[in-house]
Amino acid sequence: MADTALAHGADHGAPHTTTGLSNNKLGMWIFLGSECLLFGGLISTYMLYKGRASTGPQPDQIYDIPFTSVSSFVLLMSSLTMVLAVSAAHRKDDRNTNLWLTVTALLGATFVGGQVYEFTAFYREGLGFTTSLFGSSFYTLTGFHGVHVTVGIIMLMALVGMVRKNRIPGSKAETVELIGLYWHFVDIVWIVIFTLVYLIPS
Amino acid sequence: MSTATDHAAHTDHSHDESHGATDKQYVVIALILAALTAIEVSTYYVDFGPLFMPTLFVLMTVKFVIVVSYFMHLKFDNKLFSYLFYTGLILAIAVYCGALATFKFFLQKG
Repeated sequence: MADTALAHGADHGAPHTTTGLSNNKLGMWIFLGSECLLFGGLISTYMLYKGRASTGPQPDQIYDIPFTSVSSFVLLMSSLTMVLAVSAAHRKDDRNTNLWLTVTALLGATFVGGQVYEFTAFYREGLGFTTSLFGSSFYTLTGFHGVHVTVGIIMLMALVGMVRKNRIPGSKAETVELIGLYWHFVDIVWIVIFTLVYLIPS
Repeated sequence: MSTATDHAAHTDHSHDESHGATDKQYVVIALILAALTAIEVSTYYVDFGPLFMPTLFVLMTVKFVIVVSYFMHLKFDNKLFSYLFYTGLILAIAVYCGALATFKFFLQKG
């Protein structure tokens, strides 16, 4: 009977774990929960230090809100393309999965490119990493987020290659979904950063 | 027997839970998120007066919850995932609000 149940579960792709849930997915959610603590620390440090720019430019002197708004919109739309990739993976539609994963990676690369441009512009305006507490906390927070986006892009491109060569061990849909969870998390962190860092003045 | 039946029922339930919204619904959700972002950006150009901060915080929270619930499927997935994520989130908010309060951050003006 147990074998029958197991076989039934295998047909539906349900994981055979004590919780009945995928351990990979469980691990990803625990990881994302712990990431809240990492970014919480970075955001609160920035909040504490943003008004302490004794030297160099002040936040409201250098932020380019129209430019950052476009970057935010690009990252937000990458969440849409990511969820469309997950949806296509659940339908076992490899062509559209790869298409949407590639578009997501391109949108992510656009966002990172914008961040590099922003950092360069800020540096030219006199805000270096060690210029002030504001500069240090700003570059650390947004830099950490940028690194997360970059890691996400690398994972997306690796996933595209693996889907194309059919080299994904286990459930393809679940693998795409796990990368998707990470990507959406990076997006929600930016939702918070965009409001607390850019839109609320010092 | 009952174990197998329960397992099968659970399997069907998990199967149902894995389905989120349709692709069209995802596009509509993305448009709503874009509209909310546009309102957020408008606070930079339009004077919202005393509603400035509450508006931004409400919009930020609504966008956050929409992405987590629909794009990350927490609304449709097993509740355990929600508990794990929101535990980390609430812990982070509590710890860092406490840390900021220690530095009298909330008493600062301007």
